[in-house]
Amino acid sequence: MKTKIGFFDFAGCEGCQLTVMNLEEELLQVLQLVEIVEFRELMSERVAQLEIAFVEGSICRPGDRQRLQQIRDRSQVLVALGSCADNGGVNALGSDRTAEVLRQQVYGSDLPHLYTETPQPLSAVVKVDFRVPGCPIDGREFLAILQALLLKQQPELPSFAVCVECKLAEYPCSFDYGQVCLGPVTRAGCRAICIDGGGHCRGCRGLIDNPRTSPYHRILEQHGLCFDEILDQYRTFNIGEQESAK
Amino acid sequence: MSQRIKLDYLTRIEGHAQLIIERKAGKVTGCRLEVVETPRFFEALLQGRHYRDVATIVARVCGVCSISHTLASLLATENALGIEVPPAAQLLRRLLSYGEIVQSHLLQLYFMAVPDYLGAASLFQLLDERQELVARALRLKRVANRICEVVGGRPIHPVTTCLGGFSAKPEAGQLKQLRQELVAALPDLEATVELFAEFDYPQFSRQRVALSLQAEERYPLHGDSLIFSSGEKYPVAEYRRQIEEYLLPHSTAKLARTQSGCYMVGSQARICNADGHLSPMAVKVADALQLDRAGRNPFENLKARLVEVIHYIEAALHAIDDLLQRGMHRISSNSTPAAGGAGTAAVEAPRGLLFHRYEYDPQGFLQQADCVIPTAQNLASIEADIQLLLPQLLELPEEQLRKRLEMLIRAYDPCLSCSTH
Repeated sequence: MKTKIGFFDFAGCEGCQLTVMNLEEELLQVLQLVEIVEFRELMSERVAQLEIAFVEGSICRPGDRQRLQQIRDRSQVLVALGSCADNGGVNALGSDRTAEVLRQQVYGSDLPHLYTETPQPLSAVVKVDFRVPGCPIDGREFLAILQALLLKQQPELPSFAVCVECKLAEYPCSFDYGQVCLGPVTRAGCRAICIDGGGHCRGCRGLIDNPRTSPYHRILEQHGLCFDEILDQYRTFNIGEQESAK
Repeated sequence: MSQRIKLDYLTRIEGHAQLIIERKAGKVTGCRLEVVETPRFFEALLQGRHYRDVATIVARVCGVCSISHTLASLLATENALGIEVPPAAQLLRRLLSYGEIVQSHLLQLYFMAVPDYLGAASLFQLLDERQELVARALRLKRVANRICEVVGGRPIHPVTTCLGGFSAKPEAGQLKQLRQELVAALPDLEATVELFAEFDYPQFSRQRVALSLQAEERYPLHGDSLIFSSGEKYPVAEYRRQIEEYLLPHSTAKLARTQSGCYMVGSQARICNADGHLSPMAVKVADALQLDRAGRNPFENLKARLVEVIHYIEAALHAIDDLLQRGMHRISSNSTPAAGGAGTAAVEAPRGLLFHRYEYDPQGFLQQADCVIPTAQNLASIEADIQLLLPQLLELPEEQLRKRLEMLIRAYDPCLSCSTH
């Protein structure tokens, strides 16, 4: 029997589900082992029970909580797919303002169908068994996690920082250009793709388990940068962990 | 007797919407396409952000068209702050857009539309019977994604784009390799044209107003001038005088209209306004598919999309040749950003015209943002089509009626998370 898996989405850009679709050749091979039984963007079918639910997006409305709970109830394993599901993601950038202020700014209206709450990661509502971090997720990492789940093993994420991958690839250090970078505290696994592209790390994969803050403060001091700049970058993809970053 | 038909789980489209139809004594009394996607308030999220971060954030409006959002955003900021973009970088940006439009169109054509015409609920259902077709769909999508990967660093949410051009460029060897892959995809494209030429497209006709960027030297993509199918032209910077966004109590996406009502954007609108600029292969394909260039049948959006796939693949080949011949000596700007200002830009995203407009304060922090999304501009047109189509369908069994309406909505390829943003 093939393992039944499904894809679901809440507030987000659907870029993580698209990353799965973009696996192309590998996808055909994966489909020998699993059966995708629900995927609204690509399929009309629906089922009652499934083994693994991959859920993208953050939770912003009371109806979202209900729908997520239903997905949880009919799935054996639930995996958060991407930043929005994992830690609130870009959606949570407005969490410094009330939803009412945001509504007025964008719609100039207070109609009830526009009501939202502060975007929350899935774990604020249901038990999340595993997660695939990143904005968007990395397709290879998704495959590795799926493989582990199919083999009934515990999927593992790298415990080291993006800095390690960046140094191994010998990319020039962002700090040397006077650019704040979240590489020292962000979980690796992306192969430092943003730094490879000439940019810096904005922390879309979330913090490593035990970020060492004192050396980080020293790096900032050495390069004449301040902590607020770091927080400003960190806020882009992460909610509610500001305190732990300090 | 009054009856309410609710299609509350519209599938094979990007995002969440439902269709409500009310009828009484055989007459349609109401029809609403309700976008129920969560508002994410992107225009407000950008407020207070420095211009360096704006494009990266706003790309996250949409996973399917993150490249269009990135480029519209960069162009708007560049216009606001007077940043020039070197010619090689402009060419690379066009190549990047080609890749995105082709991958988005192929996703819609194969994964969302084909199941309707082959009587399946999804492409995955065809895995056993039509393995070659599924493999071809994946191969073609791969080639399109490779363009985005080589130029943008990855297919979704590009990492090499920056203000003034690019922060990293592809090696000549990578471009040569990509060129080979594009040429190798031609037989698959031919088979795709054969497939779509066989389909029986529902008959339907409504005269629609088409809006797109104006073709200048080439088929519209990035530009400064708008054109309506009436021939009227306006500068992009004046878009807010031509287009009004409005809110309805049933949709979290704003809708858009001109003074004379609803209009369409996207492949059919571009072909309607600029078919003279299609590539030679694309013209042949348009003829083979018997495409109505005036775009009166929304179901023919599929044909228009396929014609564009061919056009953009051909355009990508030429762009690669140009880049290889001219070299990519300078791909980033050396101009100093002005202290604040306002700027507007429009690009042709896969689904049509996309506007971004920003205002920056003298310190470079964003004060006001406005994004007008292609799907939001098409929503009123979809509803108008449904209203005209419905009386013809009321005799059908409900299951078939639902299917036909879903096919119509799908033909527009609405991107609903984008439209709500």
